[in-house]
Amino acid sequence: MIPRTVFEEEHEMFRSSVRRFLEEEVMPYHAQWEKDGQVDRELWRKAGAQGYLVPQAPEIYGGAEADFRYNAVIDEEVSRSGCTGLGWGVHSDIVVPYLMNYGSTAQKERYIAACVRGDIVTAIAMTEPGTGSDLQGIRTTAIADGDDYVINGSKTFITNGQHADLIVVVCKTDPGAGAAGTSLIL
Amino acid sequence: MKAQDTSELFFSDVRVPKENLLGEEGKGFAYLMQELPQERLSIGIMAMAASHTVLQQTIDYVKERKAFGKPIATFQNTQFKLAELDTELTSAQVFMDRCLELLVQGELDTVTASKAKLLGSELQCRIVDECVQLHGGYGFMWEYPVARAFADSRVQRIYGGTSEVMKLIIGRSLIAD
Repeated sequence: MIPRTVFEEEHEMFRSSVRRFLEEEVMPYHAQWEKDGQVDRELWRKAGAQGYLVPQAPEIYGGAEADFRYNAVIDEEVSRSGCTGLGWGVHSDIVVPYLMNYGSTAQKERYIAACVRGDIVTAIAMTEPGTGSDLQGIRTTAIADGDDYVINGSKTFITNGQHADLIVVVCKTDPGAGAAGTSLIL
Repeated sequence: MKAQDTSELFFSDVRVPKENLLGEEGKGFAYLMQELPQERLSIGIMAMAASHTVLQQTIDYVKERKAFGKPIATFQNTQFKLAELDTELTSAQVFMDRCLELLVQGELDTVTASKAKLLGSELQCRIVDECVQLHGGYGFMWEYPVARAFADSRVQRIYGGTSEVMKLIIGRSLIAD
């Protein structure tokens, strides 16, 4: 047996609370949510109240400024529970980090705290019906028009697609420029 | 993943204000490349946790299930299979934990993250497949967690970059000058 050394005691305490939350708030309802094709929207707010969404978010935006091992603990426990309806990983590990790393101060102030609370559910629209692995070949366009972008195209396999309040859309602002014409728009 | 609200989205002349641009125009691809390692490690981490769960469920099952008058856990084939799977899982977990340490230190590179995703998701699918086999017919019944694990695991080799894309990333790095 090789003991795991990556986690500290605090992570294991956190793990116990995540596990209990999943047992009480998720597992009893998951079968119904499978029939519904989505989890209860309120679950996101409950998870947010417990600090299970975007634990690494800065404290000024209501996060715990935790290291990514807390995300890993949540991922492991969700995965272990078999409750595959939870799209927390996409939200916490993937989408909100784009806001944290590339967002303007105004964007961060507007969105991150709500993402931590679960008031905003996020998704990322990357894959298209005609382009799977070929990210450089995406065809959704965002063409500048006055103070706006006008977006046209379609995206598929979007996790959290129904609950999402905020979507990062991968699109071409310069359709002729290949990878260099790719931008991310909220 | 029947409780996942995974969807198709259509945009038809959707107007968004220019201030909704994330970061700089034209940098989207670079941002994606920067962020994908974390996503890929997350998939690897989840693969390990799911694998541990299904392996434990299978161990419990083979101790209960009897065939030819005794628990199938007593058969050498069962023990050999479990031994192989547990050995692979134990070693992969060590690798995954090390990758997590590197990520926390800000030192997980794209190639290593791709290895984590490739190794984790492929191993998960192999483990789940063998666990279905050890369950026999019940392994194919939706009421059994292993059947769900079988269905749910398969996409792990596809989303977040397919196994083939992971191999491309790793392979290119090996032959780069």
